[in-house]
Amino acid sequence: MARKLLLEHINVPGINTFDVYRQKGGYRAVEKALKTLTPDEVVEEVKKSGLRGRGGAGFPTGMKWSFLAKPEGVARYLVCNADESEPGTFKDRYLMTHIPHALIEGMIVSSFALGANTSYIYVRGEMMPQIRILEKAIAEAKHAGFLGKNILGTGYDLELYVQPGGGAYICGEETALLESLEGKRGNPRIKPPFPAIAGLYGCPTVVNNVESIAATVPIINDGGDEYAKIGIGRSTGTKLISASGNLVRPGVYEIDLGLPVEEFIYSDEYCGGIANGKRLKATVAGGSSVPILPANLTLKLANGEPRLMSYESLSEGGFATGSMMGSGGFIAFDEDQCIVRNTWNFARFYHHESCGQCSPCREGTGWMEKVLHRIEYGHGKMSDIDLLVDVSKKIEGNTICPLGDAAAWPVASAIRHFRDEFEWHVKEPIKCLDTNYGLANYAEPIAKAEVTTGN
Amino acid sequence: MLKVEQQQPVEFSSALKEKFDEIISRYPKGKHKSALLPMLHEVQAELGWLSPDAMDKVAAYLDIQNIEVYEVASFYSMYFLKPQGKYVLEVCRTGPCCLVGAEKLMNHIEQNLGVKEGEVTPDGLFSWRGVECLAACGYGPVLQIGPEYTFYENLNEQKVDELIQDLRKK
Ligand SMILES: Cc1cc2nc3c(=O)[nH]c(=O)nc-3n(C[C@H](O)[C@H](O)[C@H](O)COP(=O)(O)O)c2cc1C
Ligand code: SF4
Ligand code: FES
Repeated sequence: MARKLLLEHINVPGINTFDVYRQKGGYRAVEKALKTLTPDEVVEEVKKSGLRGRGGAGFPTGMKWSFLAKPEGVARYLVCNADESEPGTFKDRYLMTHIPHALIEGMIVSSFALGANTSYIYVRGEMMPQIRILEKAIAEAKHAGFLGKNILGTGYDLELYVQPGGGAYICGEETALLESLEGKRGNPRIKPPFPAIAGLYGCPTVVNNVESIAATVPIINDGGDEYAKIGIGRSTGTKLISASGNLVRPGVYEIDLGLPVEEFIYSDEYCGGIANGKRLKATVAGGSSVPILPANLTLKLANGEPRLMSYESLSEGGFATGSMMGSGGFIAFDEDQCIVRNTWNFARFYHHESCGQCSPCREGTGWMEKVLHRIEYGHGKMSDIDLLVDVSKKIEGNTICPLGDAAAWPVASAIRHFRDEFEWHVKEPIKCLDTNYGLANYAEPIAKAEVTTGN
Repeated sequence: MLKVEQQQPVEFSSALKEKFDEIISRYPKGKHKSALLPMLHEVQAELGWLSPDAMDKVAAYLDIQNIEVYEVASFYSMYFLKPQGKYVLEVCRTGPCCLVGAEKLMNHIEQNLGVKEGEVTPDGLFSWRGVECLAACGYGPVLQIGPEYTFYENLNEQKVDELIQDLRKK
C-alpha cells in the first residue's frame, strides 16, 4: 500500500472545510514555515525533496524557485496554474474539489518562500464550481488568521485571489496564462525573458502547478529528505495519476513514483485491468501531448525490463520506444479503439486550441487535422501518411511555445507504432468506416483474465 | 470574426457594478485590466451572452478601448457572441471521453433537441455544442451547463434524456 501524502484524508467527511482539515493536521506546514523557518530555508527543503513540477515539464521546483529575481522594491508573484486542460488530466480538479485547503495551505507556504504578498490561483473558467469552492476555502483560512495581514502574528502579509480563465487550453502554458491574467488574449510570450525575471505585470513571477504547490505541504511537515526517500532515482515522492479510457476503475490515484506500469493497470488497488474483459491495445501515459505507445512497449521497455511509472522509465527509449510522464494523464485504449480516429480527434483538439501566432502551428495543426480526417473517412492516399510525418516534423521545434510539439508528437508517434493501421484505412476505404482494425501490437495475455465490473 | 448581432442597450445593475468593483480591487493599482475576464463572466451570467453594447460598456467601465474587450471575448471559447438557448449543454468531445461514448451521446442530444450544434431550439430553451476536455476524463461522458457550470458525469442516453426533461419542467 503506497503512502498517501496528498489524498490521505480524501474520504474524511467534511475534509473540504477548514475545521475538519485543521483537525486532521492541516495548516501545520504554515505554522512551521512562518514561525520556525526563513523563506530561504523553505526553498532549501523543497530543493532537498527533489520535487519536480507536476504540470508537465517536470522541472525541479526548488531550482525554479531559486531562479526568482529579487530586485529591491519590486513585487514578486506566485501564480498557481490550475488551468488543467491537457486531455486525459483531471487530478487538479479532483484535488481542488475535495481538499481545497491542501492547495490554499501550499499557496501560503510557497508564497512565503518566494516573498510574494499577493498570489493568484488561475483556474480555468469552466471550473466555476471549483472556483466557488476555493473562494470559500480562502475566506475560511482568512477568518482563521492564515491569510491577510500579519499572519499568525509573524508580520507576513498575504492576499490570495482566484482568477477565472475564459476557456482556452493554451492558457495552461505559463506565459499565455500570465497574459490572460493581465486581461489579454492568451498568446504565449517569446522567452527570454522568463517569468522568473519578468512575469506578471513585468515583475519576477513563479508559475507552479496545483499538485506541485500542494506537495510543498508534506515536504515542509516531514522535511525534504523524508519526501526524497519515496520514489525512485530522480523521480521522488508521490504523484497523482489521472487514469481514463477503457479501464475497470478509471479515476485519480496517488502512487509512489516507480510503481510498475503493469501493476498500475492491472492490480485491484489501482485501475483493476481493462474494462469488459478486453485486451489493452495502447496507452498515452502522460496526457494527450505525449507519444502514444502500443501495449507491449507500455508494459515493458524495449529490452524487456518492466516499465515503471517514473519520469525516467516512461521516457526510456526516447521517442523510438518510449513516451513521457507529462502531467500524469494516463489514457488506456482497448482492442476495439481506432488509433486513426483518436489521432484525428487529438489533431482536431490542437488545431482548435492553437493560438495562431506561429504559422507552423496555426497552419500545420489544421493541415494534420484535415489529412487525418480524410484517412479516417476513407478518402486517404498512401502518400498522406508520409505527408503527416513531414508536416509534424516541420512544426516540431519551430514554434514560440511547446503547443506545436504537443500537436506533432501524437501524430508522429501514432504513425511510428501503428503505421499498418493507417495503411489499412487507405487500402480498405469502405471497410474502415464500420470495421475496426483491432489489435496491432498487444502484450502477452495478462495472467489475470477475469475482470470485475467495478461499480 | 466578430459578427455584430442585434444591438440592444444594456444597463448594468448596481449589484453587478458592486461586483465589478470588488473584482477590480484584487489587482495592484493601474492593473485593473486584469478584471476583464472575470467581469465578462459576470456580464454573461446576467445577460446570457456578450452583446456589442455590453462589451462597450465593460470597456468604458475599465477605461480601456472597445477593441481590447472584443479581442478577448472572441479569443476565449466560453464567451458567447450571439444569443444562446437558456440552457447550453456543453458536451466534452475530446479523445478520452470518445473512448467511452461521447460521440454517440452528442448524436443523441442532437436528435433529442432536434437542433444542430450551436443552434437554439424554437422555444429558446436549449442549445448544445461540443467542447474540449473538461478535466473529468475518468468520469466520461460529461457535460456542463452555464452560467454556474453545473457538472454531469458518467452520462448515458437515458440520463441525458432525464436531464433535458427536468430542465424543461423548471
Ligand atoms: C500548451 C501547454 C499547456 C499547458 N497546460 C498546463 C496546465 O493545464 N496545467 C499546468 O500546470 N501546466 C501546464 N503547462 C505547463 C506550464 O507551462 C508550466 O510549465 C507549469 O505550470 C509549471 O508548473 P510546475 O513547474 O509546477 O509543473 C502547459 C504547457 C503548455 C506548453
Ligand atoms: S506554438 Fe501554437 S499555440 Fe504556441 S504560440 Fe505558436 S501558434 Fe500559439
Ligand atoms: S476528455 Fe472529456 S473530460 Fe477530458
